[in-house]
Amino acid sequence: MTAGAADMIGGLGRRVIEGVRRLGHATLFMARLMPALGVALRRGRLIVQQLYMTGVLTFVIVVVSGAFVGMILALQGYNTLVRYDAQSSLGLLVALSLVRELGPVLTALLFAGRAGSALTAEIGLMKATEQLDGMEMMAVDPLPRVVAPRFWAGWIAVPLLAMTFSAIGIIAAYIVAVSDLGLDGGVFWSQMQSGVSVTNDIMGGLVKSVVFGFVVSWIAVFEGYDAKPTSEGVSLATTRTVVSSSLAILGLDFIMTAFMLRGL
Amino acid sequence: MDRPKSTEPLVTVRDLAFYRDERPIFQGLNLTVAKGSVTAIMGGSGTGKTTLLSLIGGRLVPARGAVTVEGAVVSSLPRKALFALRRRMGMLFQSSALLTDLDVYENVAFPIREHTRLPEALIRDLVLMKLELVGLRGARRLFPSELSGGMSRRVGLARAIVLDPMMVMYDEPFAGLDPISMGVIVKLIRELNDALGMTSIIVTHDVAEASSIADYIYLLGDGHVIAEGTPADMHNTDAPEVRQFIGGLPDGPVAFHYPAPRYLDDLLAREPS
Ligand SMILES: Nc1ncnc2c1ncn2[C@@H]1O[C@H](COP(=O)(O)OP(=O)(O)O)[C@@H](O)[C@H]1O
Ligand SMILES: [Mg+2]
Repeated sequence: MTAGAADMIGGLGRRVIEGVRRLGHATLFMARLMPALGVALRRGRLIVQQLYMTGVLTFVIVVVSGAFVGMILALQGYNTLVRYDAQSSLGLLVALSLVRELGPVLTALLFAGRAGSALTAEIGLMKATEQLDGMEMMAVDPLPRVVAPRFWAGWIAVPLLAMTFSAIGIIAAYIVAVSDLGLDGGVFWSQMQSGVSVTNDIMGGLVKSVVFGFVVSWIAVFEGYDAKPTSEGVSLATTRTVVSSSLAILGLDFIMTAFMLRGL
Repeated sequence: MDRPKSTEPLVTVRDLAFYRDERPIFQGLNLTVAKGSVTAIMGGSGTGKTTLLSLIGGRLVPARGAVTVEGAVVSSLPRKALFALRRRMGMLFQSSALLTDLDVYENVAFPIREHTRLPEALIRDLVLMKLELVGLRGARRLFPSELSGGMSRRVGLARAIVLDPMMVMYDEPFAGLDPISMGVIVKLIRELNDALGMTSIIVTHDVAEASSIADYIYLLGDGHVIAEGTPADMHNTDAPEVRQFIGGLPDGPVAFHYPAPRYLDDLLAREPS
């Protein structure tokens, strides 16, 4: 074996070990956060405040992306279906793709890039500027006061945004299908209604977005809280949030899809 | 200065040792802060002044020895009792540590809102009273990003005293201030201490300011107290460490250099690759 290959394998091993170590840290952090999550529930106002902030941050890009993805799905799906003379199923195809896959996954990815990174930066900067230390000295525990409301807000926001994404996407696809592709609007809806199952498809999509919301918010607050308290440390942490969240979303999506489609 | 002085200790530090990684920051530190006094803790950058305040506030735990506040050993207090103690200790951070998403008014109101259920009208009175003391009642709707360094320091001060603590710790309250803001802060610290009957600990390396308001000065170096006394004592002493610090001389018994190998060896050596 050449030295280069050995180096590469060694490097890979180190990365894996580093990844496992961080996962351990993140798990310990979550264990500390758990009781704070309960305490924070008693101050719903703080959660609503954060929900509003993250919602405002992500709502517009979710709506715009949802519309584009819906329109693209309509065009692309029509192009394929028409070969089998099955274009009447376009509504069903679009709805299933959005509700089961694209809505939860793309929303979570957008959320990680927009709100997740902002969350990490915010908490990291609060740490770097001694705001968290200051709170502790004022006998205020930053976990329930700062971290937990942000975590709750992210966790709640992702499923809501994913539903918005899918709904907007379906409406946009409908508009393209009827006005541009000349399909019958009634067929578009009725195929969709009879083909999409609430318990299976809609619940499946909801479960995914709840899991993604949990994971992205967890990564975002952990990276922020764990950041080195310097501007460099905060910017590194922000990048890590986006990278780890994206990988986690796609990996978990594969696992959940595999389980769901095999009917577990 | 002829105000009655108590000798009853509020804070005592006994044989304190603290390490960062392997490096000793404190070894055998002893000092006492008398109730009602203004005590200055001086020393060059990196001598551990901020670390000492964190130890007193119970945010760090000593490796050996003890910090006692009001007779209770801080590091052995359960979390609840520690938090109860911290409510009675105000702290002014060097960076002021104001919450950036709240305006001046809400920053000062923050400890009240977190710790009490007072009606809004009463909170307003308390906040405006403290802001009036630091001369910033008119700035209450500004956000921290809109304040100068001296103003944020004063807001931090108003916040530190809003719950009428028994003592306030100031971390480098004079650093980076223009002469006017500096004068204002110096006067404020002394007046607050005497008017509200508090105890003040000031951590600083500004010799002139510390001498002008402190009742007692500790000079730190090498992990312990290298000199102590009233400002007058410190100015009249012949102790070389004190003369070096007060006179601002680069060379003397107190090392200016961070521990390092011999300069010549370093120049001749190569960095290990
Ligand atoms: N979080 C930390 N981790 C490691 N070392 C630290 C940390 N904070 C401070 N130190 C080190 O401890 C020493 C004392 O720091 P500090 O108490 O901030 O000094 P001072 O306030 O007197 O300037 C310094 O040498 C500093 O490098
Ligand atoms: Mg310091």
